[in-house]
Amino acid sequence: MIKINSLTKRFGEHVAVDNLSFEVRPGEVLGFLGPNGAGKSTTMKMLTGFLAPDGGSASICGFDIRTQTLQAQRQMGYLPEGAPCYGDMRVKGFLEFIAQVRGLSGADRRRQVDRAVEQLQLQGVLHQTIDTLSKGFKRRVGLAQAILHDPRVLILDEPTDGLDPNQKHQVRGLIQQLASDSNKIVVISTHILEEVSAVCTRAVVIARGRLLADGTPDELEARSRYHQAVTLLLQQPVDTAALLALPGVSGVEVAREGHEVTVLAEPGAVIFPAVGEHARQQQWQVKELSVERGRLDEVFRSLTAEEAA
Amino acid sequence: MNSLNVIFKRELASYFATPLAYIFIVIFLVLSAVFTFYLGGFYEGGQADLVPFFNFHPWLYLFLVPAVAMRLWAEERKSGTIELLMTLPVSRADMVLGKFLAAWVFVGIALLLTFPIIITVNYLGDPDNGAIFTGYLGSWLLAGGYLAIGSCMSALTRNQVIAFILSVVACFVFIVSGFPLVLDLFRGWAPQWLLDAIASLSFLIRFDAISKGVLDLRDLLYFISLMVAWLVATAIVIDLKKAD
Repeated sequence: MIKINSLTKRFGEHVAVDNLSFEVRPGEVLGFLGPNGAGKSTTMKMLTGFLAPDGGSASICGFDIRTQTLQAQRQMGYLPEGAPCYGDMRVKGFLEFIAQVRGLSGADRRRQVDRAVEQLQLQGVLHQTIDTLSKGFKRRVGLAQAILHDPRVLILDEPTDGLDPNQKHQVRGLIQQLASDSNKIVVISTHILEEVSAVCTRAVVIARGRLLADGTPDELEARSRYHQAVTLLLQQPVDTAALLALPGVSGVEVAREGHEVTVLAEPGAVIFPAVGEHARQQQWQVKELSVERGRLDEVFRSLTAEEAA
Repeated sequence: MNSLNVIFKRELASYFATPLAYIFIVIFLVLSAVFTFYLGGFYEGGQADLVPFFNFHPWLYLFLVPAVAMRLWAEERKSGTIELLMTLPVSRADMVLGKFLAAWVFVGIALLLTFPIIITVNYLGDPDNGAIFTGYLGSWLLAGGYLAIGSCMSALTRNQVIAFILSVVACFVFIVSGFPLVLDLFRGWAPQWLLDAIASLSFLIRFDAISKGVLDLRDLLYFISLMVAWLVATAIVIDLKKAD
């Protein structure tokens, strides 16, 4: 359980995190969303005990991060932004070091290091110095370091930032694997929205240090004006005026010189059958017909743009 | 205690993971030989003691020890590993002390490698080996004082060159504080107790006594409390400047 209560952090005049409160329960994979500079990293730095908050409090599994810092830190694995590691150490030595700091010893330590190495497929680079590794491998070393002691709470600051699509896929797979344990809490910060749909059970959107939205990815998608919209791909451009008259239709957008038509639905309305029926009656040559779940990036933009305005 | 040990071992090993350790040791040994035999007139003195050897240590350390200390915290800041380190369940005291002790032991290893000079002086004459031992101890304490200052300066910045320069200046102040150069600035207006206090801060006067084989408990306390004070300052600086 993570409890964040009125957390505030100022850097001089600038308020980086402004009275932020929320809770994360075991079993949740929380996506922490926001534009750059929204206060995501600052919040994570306060959660992990690196920065002291200027106001409010946070606790990890019942341990207050300010007064019981070491106990709270024992519950957590943390991947800082950019996955900093001691570059002159070898991968194996580095993981052994982290395991020792985490108080693991003997057979226990060997087992945990082996498990993390296996989960992140680091077998091939164990004896290389970290400085010589590629970005993807460095990130994996950072992740291995974070999961080494099998923590109850995992906090990952932009775990896939700067990775190639294959590596992103791998890291997401790993996060899902870790989150399959229902007693764990995973918090990831990101500005990549597909990631939220892919791995998170809950998303929190912040901008300028303030909470803007909190819900499941589905709920967030439902706030999109594209929620339940129907998109048609057509052979020839058609006259779309009649579509507006259909029940529940709130608007029509035409793209690609009339070859792509998106019919927007009023909130709560289901328009797919009516639009399909209309297309058949008019004998439009439809190549593709699909219903949209909503566009997270559009929700994200409208939420955070309102805030900026 | 455990995490202090783990931090200490990692830090000490990290010196030897790069060429830094070997370069430092070679330069230290070459320079101390040059100082002892050429500038110190070890042979010409005709004395079976290591006074010419120890005499130059405060000046030798002035540049070499800050070079070891400069990376202690500045490098962690620069590479971002300070965030990793400080979110591990390690107390601030263990971090500061672990890093410091590793650096101190490292300088101690370099110092021990000057042992051929002990063999030389024993071969040439009949020195007081007790005094030589005390001299080594004093030299190591002196290095510890420089390192503690350097540790604090390194915590102030993410730039190792700045850390180096700040440390050299701060150490220099502690060396010359017993010199007329500094004392004359205060003489005439400052009370006598302040003059005595400033003079008593000097590395040189303390070290001079120890290097001649006179181990006074007050001198020992001086070096230890100096180290403790600067290490406490290091911890405070780190706490204040974490985010930078």
